[in-house]
Amino acid sequence: MAILTTERINLGKGEKSERIFMKGNEAACEGALRAGCKFFAGYPITPQNEIPEYMSANIWKWGGVFIQSESEVVAINMVMGASAAGARAMTSSSSPGISLKQEGISYIAMSELPCVIINVVRCGPGLGNIAPHQGDYFQGTRGGGHGDYRTITLAPNSVHEMALFTYLAFDLSDKWRNPALILTDGTIGQMMEPVDFSEMPIIEPPDKSEWCLNPYQEGRDRHLISTIYLLGEDMAPIHERLIKKYERLKSEEVRYSEYITEDAELIIISIGSPSRVARSAVKLARADGLKVGLFRPITVWPFPYKEIREISQRDNVKAILVAEMNWGQMVEDVILAVGDRKPVHFISKHGGLTFTPEDMLEPIYKIFANPNCPDTLFRIDPRIE
Amino acid sequence: METSTEKKTIFSIGTNDHELVFDRPKALSEKRFTYCPGCNHGTVHRLIAEVIDELGIKNRCIGLASVGCSVFSYEFFDFDFISCAHGRALAVGTGIKRIHPNAVLISYQGDGDLAAIGTAETIHAANRGERLTVIFINNAIYGMTGGQMAPTTLLGQVTTTTPEGRIPERIGWPIKVCEMIAPLSGVAFCARTSCHDSKNILKTKAAIRKAFRAQLEDKGFGLVEILSNCNVGWKMTPQDAVAWVGTEMVKEFPLGTYKDVFADEKEAIRASAKEAAEKSTQ
Repeated sequence: MAILTTERINLGKGEKSERIFMKGNEAACEGALRAGCKFFAGYPITPQNEIPEYMSANIWKWGGVFIQSESEVVAINMVMGASAAGARAMTSSSSPGISLKQEGISYIAMSELPCVIINVVRCGPGLGNIAPHQGDYFQGTRGGGHGDYRTITLAPNSVHEMALFTYLAFDLSDKWRNPALILTDGTIGQMMEPVDFSEMPIIEPPDKSEWCLNPYQEGRDRHLISTIYLLGEDMAPIHERLIKKYERLKSEEVRYSEYITEDAELIIISIGSPSRVARSAVKLARADGLKVGLFRPITVWPFPYKEIREISQRDNVKAILVAEMNWGQMVEDVILAVGDRKPVHFISKHGGLTFTPEDMLEPIYKIFANPNCPDTLFRIDPRIE
Repeated sequence: METSTEKKTIFSIGTNDHELVFDRPKALSEKRFTYCPGCNHGTVHRLIAEVIDELGIKNRCIGLASVGCSVFSYEFFDFDFISCAHGRALAVGTGIKRIHPNAVLISYQGDGDLAAIGTAETIHAANRGERLTVIFINNAIYGMTGGQMAPTTLLGQVTTTTPEGRIPERIGWPIKVCEMIAPLSGVAFCARTSCHDSKNILKTKAAIRKAFRAQLEDKGFGLVEILSNCNVGWKMTPQDAVAWVGTEMVKEFPLGTYKDVFADEKEAIRASAKEAAEKSTQ
């Protein structure tokens, strides 16, 4: 099995190890193929082009189908069809393209169809630029399209996690019959690192013939997939069921990681590429004797409100610092968890600019000097003192 | 089109001297049509179901319901179905067909769905030669939403959004789907028919059969554009509406076969036979 897996990786060098040096975008594809992804549709947009390129070169060998669609709208609807037909299916894009997919994601969520969507976030709004950004946090954690629904949203911060979380996303998506989103950024998508595939064995996709659309209808009732219920009396029970599903999801699927937070007086909360910079900042601050730790949500929906609330209740924690490459989005979730218990600070990079450890160190020193330092203190409403 | 309850009773208790000559096709469900009285949707549904029964493909069929008056088409057919977003049926259908190449995909779309919001989906599914059978109902109006202009609304036609009639300087001309997709290499069969009289209804059925053949024989994309009435949206009696299809709509939308690989193949065979015959006589 192990030899088979490496042979399937199209690097043309005949490596026998399962540790492969590759780009984040390519690693996500390899994770998908190992999870049994049999359908991919996508449309070119930077910085995610390696995904459709890798899929077009490899998925056919795995018995799957690749289609370069005429639009993002079409790609997500093709994925809806493939998923309705019982296949593990995926699409990918970057911010403006994900906006176009939102219509389809809403229909997929309401149809309770599984699928995986990768968003390699770039800078917006509008056409923006192709530099890494985190401006799609709200879109990725609040459903994103019309109506009440959520996507299971995972935020990798390494090439290895791009593969592993994509692999995991297929399982979560099938388990909950709900679209799962990989929310990453241009840096993670484009960077190269070694990936160990030994924890991602090739699996056969699950059999969905109990509910999927197929041409084997002899002797069974027909299968119908629909999102329309004209009468409130018909729709409300469906909503009830979905609400319960999302509540269970919130209880069971929260994932996060912590880095030397036990004794920390300041906790940095960050995801994606800024969380890597934050890790460096933690080390540098600790070398200077400042007790800083890093908390990293892995599922940004469901969000680890409980864990962050518990952190804010620790006596040793004096303040919390949220670092994001946007104008301030995840910080609102942190505020929801922390409330008034501890001051929440926010530092930002935007426009496509990225953090350096020094960008984080300066506010860290200031917050240690004054936990209520007004320079970075986040106010949900500037009129509230 | 439904057999009355009274007649059914006679058949069910009937002795052998009664022969069943007309019944609901098996591909139709028992649900009563909810279309307006006088509308051709019911006619076309029945034609599709008859063809599916005759081809014996009911258990392999997967339907694509669209948005518009036919949004509930999935209620009336008795095989697997998926309800798609407005204009996206052929994208969803592509995904299903590529996973189950032996399924028979049937899409049922109106003019707003197929030729306005879903134009890109239509052109590209046709151009990829997706093995899909598309039934395109052209009734020159948005019926479901209350009679707004469609991409196929005729010049001068009054709708709720063209109160002075469709004026080309403001909003362009009726769009010609068959003429647009016929040149694409992926299209195997494409015809425009009408349902305004029995002769044309029979021609429509023949065209639907060919559009299925194009898929079943793996030839490519098959589409039948059916000129249909909307007496309610047009504010006419059903009789006047049907007559208007036959007199006015056909002028703008000429009936006929725009692409037919089967005819082309026959023609090629005939030509080569003729050539061979000429050679042998020389």
